[in-house]
Amino acid sequence: MDLTLGPNLFFWEAERVRDFYAKIADEAPVARVVLGEVVCSKRLPFWQGEIPVAVERLRAAGKEVWLSSLALVTLKRERTLTEELIDAGVGIEIADLTALAYVPEGAPFSVSPLINCYNVGTLDWLAARGARRICLPNELPMESVATLAQAGKERGVAVEVWGFGRQPLAISGRCYHARLHDRIKDSCQFICNADPDGREVDTLDGERFLAVNGVQTLSCATSFVGREIPGLLAAGVSALRLSPHTGDMVGLARAFDEAVKAGANTDALEAAARAVAPGGQLANGYLHARAGAEWVDA
Amino acid sequence: MELVCPAGTPAALRAAVEAGAHSVYCGFADETNARNFPGLNFSPKELAEGVAFAHRHGAKVLVAINTFPRAGDESLWHRNIAATEAAGADAVILADMGLLAYAAKNHPNLRRHLSVQAAAANPDIINFYNREFGVKRVVLPRVLTVAEIAAINRETPEVETEVFVFGGLCVMAEGRCSLSSYATGKSPNMNGVCSPATEVEYVEEGDQLAARLGDFTIHRVGKDQPAPYPTLCKGCFTSGDQVGHIFEDAVSLNAQDILPQLAKAGVTALKIEGRQRSRSYVAQVVRSFRAAVDALAAGQPMPQGALAALSEGQATTTGAYAKTWR
Repeated sequence: MDLTLGPNLFFWEAERVRDFYAKIADEAPVARVVLGEVVCSKRLPFWQGEIPVAVERLRAAGKEVWLSSLALVTLKRERTLTEELIDAGVGIEIADLTALAYVPEGAPFSVSPLINCYNVGTLDWLAARGARRICLPNELPMESVATLAQAGKERGVAVEVWGFGRQPLAISGRCYHARLHDRIKDSCQFICNADPDGREVDTLDGERFLAVNGVQTLSCATSFVGREIPGLLAAGVSALRLSPHTGDMVGLARAFDEAVKAGANTDALEAAARAVAPGGQLANGYLHARAGAEWVDA
Repeated sequence: MELVCPAGTPAALRAAVEAGAHSVYCGFADETNARNFPGLNFSPKELAEGVAFAHRHGAKVLVAINTFPRAGDESLWHRNIAATEAAGADAVILADMGLLAYAAKNHPNLRRHLSVQAAAANPDIINFYNREFGVKRVVLPRVLTVAEIAAINRETPEVETEVFVFGGLCVMAEGRCSLSSYATGKSPNMNGVCSPATEVEYVEEGDQLAARLGDFTIHRVGKDQPAPYPTLCKGCFTSGDQVGHIFEDAVSLNAQDILPQLAKAGVTALKIEGRQRSRSYVAQVVRSFRAAVDALAAGQPMPQGALAALSEGQATTTGAYAKTWR
């Protein structure tokens, strides 16, 4: 089992993006990095110049690199953007099935957790179409993860599980960041860049609940599977995905790397996870077939 | 335009057909469909009887098998696809890629529609579903404007489109939302339920009534006020110094006023949400929409306002069909 750094879901300044991937390339023990704009095509012009720079830097450091598509493709401009990803000479990760429509039959691709791969029938179909890696949807319980990891092994598909990060829960046509500022999506003024880990949404009781990120809704609690490492190893899961936050992702990747090599969670890993998680709040309910927001003291 | 109406029970199916539905859609009484509620849905025998009844009255029956099968347990979904064909139903509505591939291979003569739960939102993916799985109709997700729907129809000549015009309104791309399971452990994709009643609790707090879903308060109203059902995305929350319906108000969809635009956009079928609704509700909505569709076909003005009282929280929206909703 190794580590994948997932695409940054938030709207970060170009400079922060550049520094982040340079540091990851030089210091983080991750085997591969997926990058690209997942959430909103309107953000892309502000940082797309950083993508080739990061790809080159990461490759030079020996990382495997994949480019993610958008999670929801509706506009003509977005269709064109998605089709152009195929020509970039970097493997594509499909986050909307639309991207697969442009992938030549049999060409390799990776599958985002935002694609609904819940069962062996779908895994089979994706594998036959050329899938090499599949990061499973977050809400799957360990039993399903084990079934799919086994099926993946038999078909030469690496099955990956969300290991750390606020979890993507929904994507919409409506921009909630804009709505919170009494704007509509077309006149958003890119306000989502004010919240580089997402903007928190609490219940009326003041309980921390969700986080909005433009058109995306995330969990407020940060998913963390440190305590499930032995079970995930036994299930044959091939990688854990770490989703970028503004905290110390290099330190977190190092702690994960050590724990995975040792075959079990460590205090250092859990401390690193709490340090990076916004508000220090962790959750692991989904793998235990519970509500995703729950923290099961496993 | 074809009017596609909900049938949560055999009685609702008959009521919808008698009220003028061109088609009805329904599901089996298990977790294979996205309205897996107690006391709802059909056995294979009831489905066969319902299909016979509908066909006698010139109406079609579409069967929704639109959840995502549990890993290692796909046989239940496969059996229901076979039962759909055996009952003589006119189409099966699927969302899962594995099931689409299975149905195309094993039941090639059963017409395949793409469920809204697959959230196919542009011409390229719709044509892809047609090419790969022989999908003949796609139910469009509620993230598109009328102009975008028109553009889709221009570019997908092999595929019909069906759009929601009335009832519950998802504000997220359907089939890509796990808000419900985050709070309750149960989701539309895996269990066919959203914000399920088994996880809802109303708690009296002084002169207020709090509606809780799982461990989370979704909204709180004065005891003498109407308390909407605590669907997660319609809840009242806080963010920074703001308090309110961050995602969507307690509104439901009513696109009756824009039926002419939808017709012009090339839409084939209009879908009414509400398999969980009563027979009398279904009959009333179907009758009203049938009158509107008939008026439209005859070039007469749309009948106004007949449905307002039936809408959730008495407030309605045209949702994403208008660009400013976003």
